[in-house]
Amino acid sequence: MAEFGNPEVVEEEVDILLIGGGMACCGAAYEIGPWIDAAKKEGVDISVKLVDKAAMDRSGAVAQGLSAINTYIGSEQDPADYARMVSNDLMGITRDDLAYDLGRHVDESVHLFEEWGLPIWKTDENGERHDGSKGLTPLKDGGKPVRSGKWQIMINGESYKWIVAEAAKKALGTDKIQERVFIVKLVNDKNDKNRIAGAVGFNVREHKLHVYKFKACLLAAGGCVNIFRPRSVGEGQGRAWYPVWNAGSTYSMAAEAGAELTMMENRFVPTRFKDGYGPVGAWFLLFKSKATNAFGEVYMDTNKELLDDYPPYGQTKVPASCLRNHLMLKEMKEGRGPIWMDTVTALAALRETLSPREVKHLEAEAWEDFLDMCIGQCGIWAGENIEPEKKNSELMPTEPYLLGSHSGCCGIWTSGPEDVGAPTEETEAGVPDHLPKGWNWGYRGMTTVKGLFTAGDGVGASGHKFSSGSHAEGRLAAKAMVKYVMDNQGLKPELDADVDSLMEEIYRPVRTYLEHKDYTTAIDVNPNYITPRMLQFRLQKIMDEYVAGVATYYTTNEHMLSLAEQKLEMLKEDALKMRAKDLHELLRAWENYHRILTAEAHMKHIQFREESRYPGFYYRMDKNFVDEENWHCFVNSIYDKESKQWTCFKRAHVDIVDKSKLFK
Amino acid sequence: MPTFVRTDKCDGCKGQDKTACMYICPHDLMKLDKDGSETGHAMKSYNQEPDQCWECYSCIKICPQQAIEARPYADIVPLGASVQPLRGTDSIMWTIKFRNGTMKRFKFPIRTTPEGSIDPYGGKPEAEASKITEPGFFNHNEQKGYRSGDASELIRK
Repeated sequence: MAEFGNPEVVEEEVDILLIGGGMACCGAAYEIGPWIDAAKKEGVDISVKLVDKAAMDRSGAVAQGLSAINTYIGSEQDPADYARMVSNDLMGITRDDLAYDLGRHVDESVHLFEEWGLPIWKTDENGERHDGSKGLTPLKDGGKPVRSGKWQIMINGESYKWIVAEAAKKALGTDKIQERVFIVKLVNDKNDKNRIAGAVGFNVREHKLHVYKFKACLLAAGGCVNIFRPRSVGEGQGRAWYPVWNAGSTYSMAAEAGAELTMMENRFVPTRFKDGYGPVGAWFLLFKSKATNAFGEVYMDTNKELLDDYPPYGQTKVPASCLRNHLMLKEMKEGRGPIWMDTVTALAALRETLSPREVKHLEAEAWEDFLDMCIGQCGIWAGENIEPEKKNSELMPTEPYLLGSHSGCCGIWTSGPEDVGAPTEETEAGVPDHLPKGWNWGYRGMTTVKGLFTAGDGVGASGHKFSSGSHAEGRLAAKAMVKYVMDNQGLKPELDADVDSLMEEIYRPVRTYLEHKDYTTAIDVNPNYITPRMLQFRLQKIMDEYVAGVATYYTTNEHMLSLAEQKLEMLKEDALKMRAKDLHELLRAWENYHRILTAEAHMKHIQFREESRYPGFYYRMDKNFVDEENWHCFVNSIYDKESKQWTCFKRAHVDIVDKSKLFK
Repeated sequence: MPTFVRTDKCDGCKGQDKTACMYICPHDLMKLDKDGSETGHAMKSYNQEPDQCWECYSCIKICPQQAIEARPYADIVPLGASVQPLRGTDSIMWTIKFRNGTMKRFKFPIRTTPEGSIDPYGGKPEAEASKITEPGFFNHNEQKGYRSGDASELIRK
């Protein structure tokens, strides 16, 4: 009889495993069926399963809903325009091949969302905007979306994930979906250490250890939240900007499997409404609001000359996100805070040209922007008696986040499309021999480990794919995985670890707890173990104080990084002493192990890159400049799970679309 | 804004093994206290880790008894406010109560098709194995959303 500490072992073999249930895996779940049918006609039977640590209806970054789809190219823009925007926003170091490929495919997913029932706002022939329930012409047939900025379109997105998950679940079949199983470790192949053969995890509701064997898997388990001490440390620490359940599982599991990571030094520090982290995009772009210092000065104008320090990234019409933070931080550091979003002036200006009916609609739009995706911000406005037409709201840069799908580009080095002119050779010295030379190696979305694919937050050096792009990227990976399985029919995956040792490792926190729990009278204070919660606090303290968190206004230097390096090593050792008093705490234990490895990658990459590529997101004060001559390149790394050491190296950056067009 | 469960409304989803809130919470926070040993309230659910609550409202929206509400984060927000939804099949109603008593109500559409009505492959073409290495999805441009782009933009081709 299975019990806590002694789970039942469930072993399964499939051809393809999808790890995660967010937008990327929903995309994969949808796309894969027809290709499996096509393979069957060629005589190849392919089985597939999806594993999610939560429930697909509300899992991943879109769980709460969204008020906009941030990547929609439209018929009027070119995928090359999109690739240029992505590049400039991320200070020039992105993979044009990946961004371009996403750009040409993404609208196919957006149009499906509308077909499935997602309400998309429309502009009528008089220029008036309507919500998505009015039955105006669909985008597919030429309907005009409501743009807020060049790339976003507004939606009524409370049920965005619910709708996308319904399509994915129906497409795949609920018998092929396992919810509430948290995959914590990938297993390499016994006969080829650079190939993936399995994954192992545990059920958070039942005493079951799940061991999967497969030929290919899609690892798309989101970005990384809460490796830095958040600005709110009481109850409010759950109010992270990105979902608090994104624990870096994608990056850490890939790294341990030997996959090459890229741009792990990159981070995102969004400027958001203070404390609730409500979105600002619609306020800036749709309502035309301005951000000011305490004296009403628009710092994007008054500090404009600072942009000239960072050519060419500061000189486009829309400067890179980090540089916009840079201009704001000057105001904060020099004592001219708080920073305000001037909602009063913006709404007053809009009211001048609108009818009373339209004014009422405008007020609803402003509140819906939060209610669709960041309800907590409404709680703050209501608690502080803020009505945006009467009272301005504070803005604040958040704690740092690691992700690859929003305005960030950390992640895994993946194989791109073969038809866009991407490099096939590597010109930087120092890339380990076993790694691919060019930017594509046969299967779109495959990492440098054979059979291991990724999408969404997992794909590094691109960014700005958001919800729609993550879905599209999952679809691209699904198709490539089917091809991979068709090409590798004879492959028999064999795990390089036996099930007993995997069980020992994964349930270690439980065994530790059961062995030592009666040593003291206070369950949380015991010299033989550390709670996952305290381990997380320790990680957050190290990252915040030494690796450019909010405590130091996002600054660090080589000496601070060196201290962080030592402290993280001890933390990683102590992670083996985490306890788990129940399955819920075992979930937290493994999430925090994933956070530590992700944090370590972040620190090592910042240490390796001897410049400050993202002013406003972090500053290496000992190298406080952008060095285009030496560092206009990718920083990539691999991790050795045996020695537990990282190796960082450069890869050459190449433009595939012409960036000079940004400045014409 | 951690969620809380009202003792007068929660019925533990009528003694089923799993409550709706446990089913849906993306962060595994909601827990059914079967014997009351953890909360003093048997067969009612509770938020076992309030400081990890993202306030996504998934549990509040799904609760069949409307037994779950949110209390804005005590370490941030002045007392007295509430934001409460009532989610239907095609729209959601929000009631916002300010600390000073101001009330606002909004209704937004959430879906244009009946729940459960999606026919994922209805009217869609089959995938062609011969095109598996070409750009495009299985239903290539059926949605008229493929943007092939100006070839001259690709400067290395």
